Amino acid sequence: MSQSGGVLSDALLVARKDLLLERRAKIGIGQVLPFAILVLLLFAFALDPDRGILKLATPGLFWVTVLFSAVLTLQRSFALEAEDGILEALRLSGMSPAGIYLGKVTALTIELLLLEAVLVLGVAVLYDTKFLGIPLLFAIALLATLGIAGAGAVYGALAARLRSRETLLPLLLLPLLAPVLIAATRGCEVSLEREAMSGWPWAALLGIFALVYLTLGSFLFRPLLEDA
Amino acid sequence: MTTTKIQSASTVSPAPTGTGSRGTKVLGGFALVFLIIAVVYGLFISPPDAQLGNTIRIIYMHVPTVMAAYLAFIITAVSSGMYLWKRTEFWDLLGSSGAEIGVLFFAVTIVDGALWGKVTWGVFWRWEPRLTTSAVLLIMYIGYLAVRAIPADPRTRATRCAIIGIVAIVNVPIVHKAVDWWRGLHQGKTVLGTIDPEMGGTQLFAMYSALIAGLLVCVWLLIHRFRAGFLAERASDLGLDQALEERRLESSPATGEDA
Repeated sequence: MSQSGGVLSDALLVARKDLLLERRAKIGIGQVLPFAILVLLLFAFALDPDRGILKLATPGLFWVTVLFSAVLTLQRSFALEAEDGILEALRLSGMSPAGIYLGKVTALTIELLLLEAVLVLGVAVLYDTKFLGIPLLFAIALLATLGIAGAGAVYGALAARLRSRETLLPLLLLPLLAPVLIAATRGCEVSLEREAMSGWPWAALLGIFALVYLTLGSFLFRPLLEDA
Repeated sequence: MTTTKIQSASTVSPAPTGTGSRGTKVLGGFALVFLIIAVVYGLFISPPDAQLGNTIRIIYMHVPTVMAAYLAFIITAVSSGMYLWKRTEFWDLLGSSGAEIGVLFFAVTIVDGALWGKVTWGVFWRWEPRLTTSAVLLIMYIGYLAVRAIPADPRTRATRCAIIGIVAIVNVPIVHKAVDWWRGLHQGKTVLGTIDPEMGGTQLFAMYSALIAGLLVCVWLLIHRFRAGFLAERASDLGLDQALEERRLESSPATGEDA
């Protein structure tokens, strides 16, 4: 369909563009990451660290922090495109909409995974968490992040050109990501051995979520770019 | 003869001025009859349930409202898909009407569910899978209505809403599964929202008449909402035409002076 190679090469091109922009502007490192660490601190203030609540709630707090940071990252990622009319330019470039979508998702996934890596260190230091089931933890982080980015890119693009996008994006996105929060939190609790059961069904649920939204996004991005 | 007919049609607005018709009146009449039957049987004639006692009377209302809400959301989902395919105003208006009626019925469902919970469990809210799923779902569709309320070009607005309508319905089973597993770790199922097969004659009659009444009211509201939406679109078209006409009148003396 596209003149410039297949969906995958389009995706790589868009992902490289986004990551290059991020490397130069450093919004993620300079603003989103400090915000995420601040949220970790605020949770510690709200839930007294000496009473053990903080330790019990660590997986949930971690993923809530990731969701809030994801909203900020998405807003940044699509505000860039909307303000300078780049979405229109991308549309006119002859690239496949699915390729553009997958490129945005790839860049967002990489950015969020890096953020999570730093947050894991933050949790380990600030909340004194010991990590046990490492393979499960890795699988859950990857699949949950793909799901967040996959669903987020659809609503990020949709909200980007709305005047009230700052308030609308979280309203639209966070209920959608409720199953991701549940599955990722429970899965992490298993891998931290808080729950005596297998955590892989949770990883599978996250995988299904990611697959469904990546498929849906690939199809919906064409009308989204053309009309919304 | 024919010319005067056409002229009169163009001077008198051809669009309907109300949202009622003979069909909706008949439908509304049936809905009212079933509502009255449901009230009489649900509140007075049917006996209290062996297990649930008088709280079963809340369930006579709860099941119809949740069914009606799901019907409305399914209509929204189908209309959203059809809009992206056919791109007609009909599917757009049907989808947004469905979302609005669905949110209404869902809000009622959550309120009557919470009331039932207060009587049965002693608390308004429990993290029961169905209640939790409903809460998440309600907020998703409130997001749909929020996007709908933002003024935009009709085609743009319709596309945005159609995309949200599709994404939201796909999420329903995933939310349900996640919440079900999550709560499954801590507690068993509850009876809220299920029709007990052991239910006796008048109880079953009350339940089914309430169910029919709920679905009829839902369809009746949906048709009216659809027509109100259609009229609102025509009114905004008229407003645009009028504004254009005024601008033309403003500019015509000026052009006259130039000439």
